[in-house]
Amino acid sequence: MIALLVRDLRLAFRAGGGFGLGLAFFLIMAVLVPLGVGPEPDILARIAPGILWVGALLACLLSLDRIFALDFEDGSLDLLATAPVPLEGVVSIKALAHWLTTGLPLVLVSPVLGLLLYLPPQAYIWLVVSLALGTPALSVIGTFGAALTVGLKRGGLLLSLLVLPLYIPTLVFGAEVVARGAQGLEVATPVALLAGITAGAVALLPFASALVIRINLR
Amino acid sequence: MASLWEYANPLKFMRTTDWLLPVVAVAAVVTTATGLIWGFFFTPDDFRQGSTVKIVFLHVPAAMMAINAWVMMLVASLVWLIRRHHVSALAAKAAAPIGLTMTFIGLFTGAVWGQPMWGTWWAWDPRLTSFLILFLFYLGYIALWSAIDDPDTGADLTAVLCLVGSVFAVLSRYAALFWNQGLHQGASLSVAPGTRMDWAYKAPLYVSMVGFGLIFVALVLAGTRTEIRARRMKALVARERMV
Repeated sequence: MIALLVRDLRLAFRAGGGFGLGLAFFLIMAVLVPLGVGPEPDILARIAPGILWVGALLACLLSLDRIFALDFEDGSLDLLATAPVPLEGVVSIKALAHWLTTGLPLVLVSPVLGLLLYLPPQAYIWLVVSLALGTPALSVIGTFGAALTVGLKRGGLLLSLLVLPLYIPTLVFGAEVVARGAQGLEVATPVALLAGITAGAVALLPFASALVIRINLR
Repeated sequence: MASLWEYANPLKFMRTTDWLLPVVAVAAVVTTATGLIWGFFFTPDDFRQGSTVKIVFLHVPAAMMAINAWVMMLVASLVWLIRRHHVSALAAKAAAPIGLTMTFIGLFTGAVWGQPMWGTWWAWDPRLTSFLILFLFYLGYIALWSAIDDPDTGADLTAVLCLVGSVFAVLSRYAALFWNQGLHQGASLSVAPGTRMDWAYKAPLYVSMVGFGLIFVALVLAGTRTEIRARRMKALVARERMV
């Protein structure tokens, strides 16, 4: 399983592997929003939590179809499915690799982008905490969506349509953590709910994803 | 002893619905027409809302069926996953567009009602938001069905999507509640003191709710019959090709 993780990471870092795509998207989004909305600090500070969270969510979405598509095309997914490693484990590793190459970099650069959007100083810690807690859920849910559409040609748009509604609770609680942090309010409740969603998704969704991949490979 | 599972046999299902469908369809038309005509023409205007209150006879039953249709799809998906009855999967497939339409009717009549009452077509209220999210779930479910060629794979994948989607739909409902306290009134038939509905409205509303339920049943039966026939046709075509 560790070998699989290393392989996936290596593939992602290579040219054309999609690493950095999400990051670049996140960066461009944070630059475009002030250009579109106007440079007033009050407005930007007000909408920064939501923009950063929506940006992170869309950046995650960008690279989802890469999780299984290439492996499906060259047949290595069939090999993985018949390997002695349980498919649930394979799916979890795939989600972890996706998070390491997409979610984690987003978490790390988010404070810089918060700066661009005049995020209030007391909210930075909550921005990082909420993204660190929430992006694993985005990766795991996205892996489920990618597993659903793995056999389809041009499944990209369908994938977004399927995954975006599933992202709603994570987005709501994640953005709420940052918004409350920005206003100096108590954040324990949304943090706990966000962590709950992530824990639940990480624990249960790999089973659904593995089931769906087995159906698709039938 | 007769059991519900007998109807998992497509032949038995077709035979029974052959006479059941017209009965349910006629009952649906009669009940809905009674409820709506009674509601629209033979109820007094509300002292605050005027005649706009009459939208309730479309709005509430449609909203109720929008949720019930999803629940029915959830049960049908579970039955398909556990017992592999094709009729069940096809019924879930047939129910989705109807649920989508009901959700749309609920949203649309709500907008028309909200405009004079709240002064806005749309508000990001938890109830409205939840319905919009439900609308998206229906869209995704239908899109997945239409994207897959093999019917059994399609049935399996959509069934899993329906199960996972249900969990997230419920989560979204509570997320929306958490996110914004609403403008929408509480449940229309709740027994909150002081805001209870008068029987003059309640009676036609119940009739029209039953009517919408019957419409749903009739449409699902008709849709399932169509799907079964489409399957048979496919089987026939496949057999022709073999010869």
